[in-house]
Amino acid sequence: MTDPFLILDLLLAGAVIALAIATLTARDLFAAIVLFIVLGLLSALAWVRLSAPDVALAEAAIGTGVTGALLLKTLHHLRYVAGTLGEQAAHGVTPVTPVPMSVIWANAAFCGLITLGLAIAFLDAPLGGPGFDALVADAMPASGVDHGVTAVLLNFRSYDTLMEVVVLLAAVIAVWQIERGLSEAPAPDLSVIWQGFARLTLPAIVVVGTYLLWKGSEAPGGAFQGGAVLAAVGILLLLSRLYVPHPSHRALARWGFVLGTGVFAGVALLVTGGGRVTFEYPPEHAKTLILLIEGLVTVSIAVTLAALFHGREPVALRAKEAGHDA
Amino acid sequence: MTPDLIYGLTGIAVFAIGLTGALCAQDRLRRVLALKLCSLGAGFLLVVAAWREPPAAPDPVPHALVITGIVVMISATAVALALIRRLQSLEAEDDD
Repeated sequence: MTDPFLILDLLLAGAVIALAIATLTARDLFAAIVLFIVLGLLSALAWVRLSAPDVALAEAAIGTGVTGALLLKTLHHLRYVAGTLGEQAAHGVTPVTPVPMSVIWANAAFCGLITLGLAIAFLDAPLGGPGFDALVADAMPASGVDHGVTAVLLNFRSYDTLMEVVVLLAAVIAVWQIERGLSEAPAPDLSVIWQGFARLTLPAIVVVGTYLLWKGSEAPGGAFQGGAVLAAVGILLLLSRLYVPHPSHRALARWGFVLGTGVFAGVALLVTGGGRVTFEYPPEHAKTLILLIEGLVTVSIAVTLAALFHGREPVALRAKEAGHDA
Repeated sequence: MTPDLIYGLTGIAVFAIGLTGALCAQDRLRRVLALKLCSLGAGFLLVVAAWREPPAAPDPVPHALVITGIVVMISATAVALALIRRLQSLEAEDDD
């Protein structure tokens, strides 16, 4: 008797592979990005089937939602610079010199060999074998939270998560440096309907983001998913021009970027002493400390992701642009 | 046929498509997309490794690793896209 879900799995797997091929072969870049977004959402669905709701939420919110916004913004900028904004399709943004077919076939052959090796290794590997399940289950009572993934992220493997927040911080610093003085493509003119849409959805997004964060200690959700949903608020505000970054907001934004990293590292160092090592939270305060870190890291993630979307650092408008805006 | 086998092979296929694309694609934006496909394929394999036959709960450690990977990937993507925007603007200035 076949499991009806097996058919869903096979269809989903087929769709994911087909979308991956379509993403890279679509002639229009806009279509390629949209196909990539659909691919990300279907992958999230597949991960739900593999009982990984936390990962699915993170992929849908960060890997697909915010990344899709970044990709589309970049495409808009590139087409503006190339002067092809008015054209229907965007076939490419860089000048293309034809590559000999032999090189492409050689590349494809090597990729085929690597894939073959990976597939053999995967099929030989023991699946469903014992991993860290037992270790995590044993340590759960001391973690201060009731959800495995949150316990791993913010207690057992905190160094990883701290470094992850540092990587985000490094990314926003790099983007501000790279884009210094870069003139920006004018934002597309959004209609009145869009403004109304933003007003209706913004409060709902804030509630959903906060709920995801709060729920993370006992169920799927947490700082990264909540932060990404809150970053969507920032992106909507920036797109609808309800919020226009001003140079004087830079200091506040910088505090926002380092808040999560600072508090995370600060807590890690403050709990040391009395025979405890860095990141070894006292069990009776573990939940409070984890919620404190998660809450502030969420704020940092939201601010950082929105800043990554905005790109360049807000600078004083030059006379020409100021005149254009007025 | 179990979900882990199906999605594991899917992950390998997506990784392979991404790898081929990253080597063969000419367009910068498309190359970033190809690398993102590679990361998606790797995510599939880690999630599959964490899967246990229900009702057993999955292994949370690979899940945490994939979430970390997703956040690191968006940071890398944002920097790559900023570099592309800058490069394109510089090239446009050269043409003028």
